[in-house]
Amino acid sequence: MDFDRLLEIKNLYFNINGKDILKDINLTVKKGEILPIIGVNGTGKSTLASIIMGLSGYKPTRGRIIFKGEDITDLSVTARAKLGITLAWQIPANFEGIAVREYLSINNKMSPEEALNFVGLNPKSYMDRILDDSLSGGERKRIELASVLSIKPSLVILDEPDSGIDIASMDIILNVIHELKKNGSSVILVTHSKRMATIADKLVLMCNGNIVKKGDAKKIIKFFEHYCKSCGHIGKIDEGVLNEL
Amino acid sequence: MNYELDRITDIYNKLIGPTNELLDRNTGSIVINEDKVLSINEINGLHIEYNKITDGVEINIHVDADIRINDPVHLCVGMLPSEGRQVIRSRIYIHRNAYVKFLAHCIFQNAKHIEHIMDSEIYLEDSAEMIYKEEHFNSDDGEIYTYPKIIGEIGNNSRLSEEFKLIHGRAGNINIDYDIKQNEKSSCDIMTKIFGKKKDNIKIKESLYLNGPYASGTATSRIVLIDNAKSNVFGEIAGNAPYTRGHVDCQEVISDGDAYASATPKISVNNPLSQITHEASIGRVNKKELETLMAHGISKDEAIQLIVRGILR
Repeated sequence: MDFDRLLEIKNLYFNINGKDILKDINLTVKKGEILPIIGVNGTGKSTLASIIMGLSGYKPTRGRIIFKGEDITDLSVTARAKLGITLAWQIPANFEGIAVREYLSINNKMSPEEALNFVGLNPKSYMDRILDDSLSGGERKRIELASVLSIKPSLVILDEPDSGIDIASMDIILNVIHELKKNGSSVILVTHSKRMATIADKLVLMCNGNIVKKGDAKKIIKFFEHYCKSCGHIGKIDEGVLNEL
Repeated sequence: MNYELDRITDIYNKLIGPTNELLDRNTGSIVINEDKVLSINEINGLHIEYNKITDGVEINIHVDADIRINDPVHLCVGMLPSEGRQVIRSRIYIHRNAYVKFLAHCIFQNAKHIEHIMDSEIYLEDSAEMIYKEEHFNSDDGEIYTYPKIIGEIGNNSRLSEEFKLIHGRAGNINIDYDIKQNEKSSCDIMTKIFGKKKDNIKIKESLYLNGPYASGTATSRIVLIDNAKSNVFGEIAGNAPYTRGHVDCQEVISDGDAYASATPKISVNNPLSQITHEASIGRVNKKELETLMAHGISKDEAIQLIVRGILR
């Protein structure tokens, strides 16, 4: 057994109404690894994130998910979270009547003040704010990152943390990812951003429900920018072309 | 201090908080048990008159023109006996350019079979502002019939903010009926929050008539139901003048059991420059909210409780 392996996804399939959304996914995430997953819209990145977290409606058709050596394929969201997995949604949920302080106090291992400071939000101004649409999308995303930081999980799935945010917030997100790594967390980072994806040495490229490549981040990003957006999404990668880049 | 006032303030102390403000001579207040006024305190610019009527009390409240009452005025109404009928007939007049905030607490902690009728008339003259927050503290298993009724008129450039909350104890049979007319550049925000349990039956009718140009209003309700509770919400806004803006927002959440909810937003416009909108949702707790909290490691039940508490807060 490889004790460095935190998450293993084995021969995972997911279909809806007979259509394969994910096909034969095999993926390993090591302890402390930051693993970006890139791919054009509709390739199954967010679906994979939802399956790892165990969200309702995302039970794999086939395959297993192993976390810390335990088969978690049939566990609830709460049970997975208790084992150390968490997910930050692309568009975080709003909560009527729940204040930032209360939200950041759920199973926290870091004070709400410290977590807010880390994401560049002044605790005095935000602690009593309500998590509803009075907060901007960017503010809400930062608070979500603060909540992820504060629970110190073993594995964080960040689903497009960079979508809909300003340039200043991008630096904050990158800092949070580095801090998570420093604390020993692994990060699965679903992204379209080149800057975000190159935070790691290696990344995963998805196409048409497949993982088509896990390898050198710079090479794969170059390939993605040149070929992915216009290829017709055949779900394969031309190794020859990749090696020429 | 008399025995009944002692008991009411004891309950107030346990449920709501220190009674300092309620009994402070510098704070406007009135305390009523059954058909008796136990305590009354008028302050500069605030006048409270009362008369005994059959099964209750008739109150007239005036806030003088150009008076700003910064500390909340307390209205504490209750029934110490477990059975009976209480009628509170109030007329509230906020005169020109005055400001006041009322905190009303209705205490029915011992209720087994209580009928509580609140007939209110509210009149705001021009450029006046009134905030009215009412919270009920009912017993956990009694039959309580509550009939809050408001007829109101809001003057030019005036503002009324009203909140009704019944989340402690059984809602019982509650029938809310609000009818408010608004004049030019006035605004009115109504918020109702009720937690229905067991066989509670909740009926809400809130109507705002935006009769003056630039008047605006919102009618918002948040209802959470469990067990066999039922609710029926009718929110109505009529845009009867140019540049009026209104929004009906009804959210009913069935968190457990065989509860039943219905919502009927009614919006109407008879002026092409008026804009009235509505949204209504009925259903279980939002899945994304639920799973976000579960992804923080709390159970489904704990997550539901947290979401419901937030909605009703």
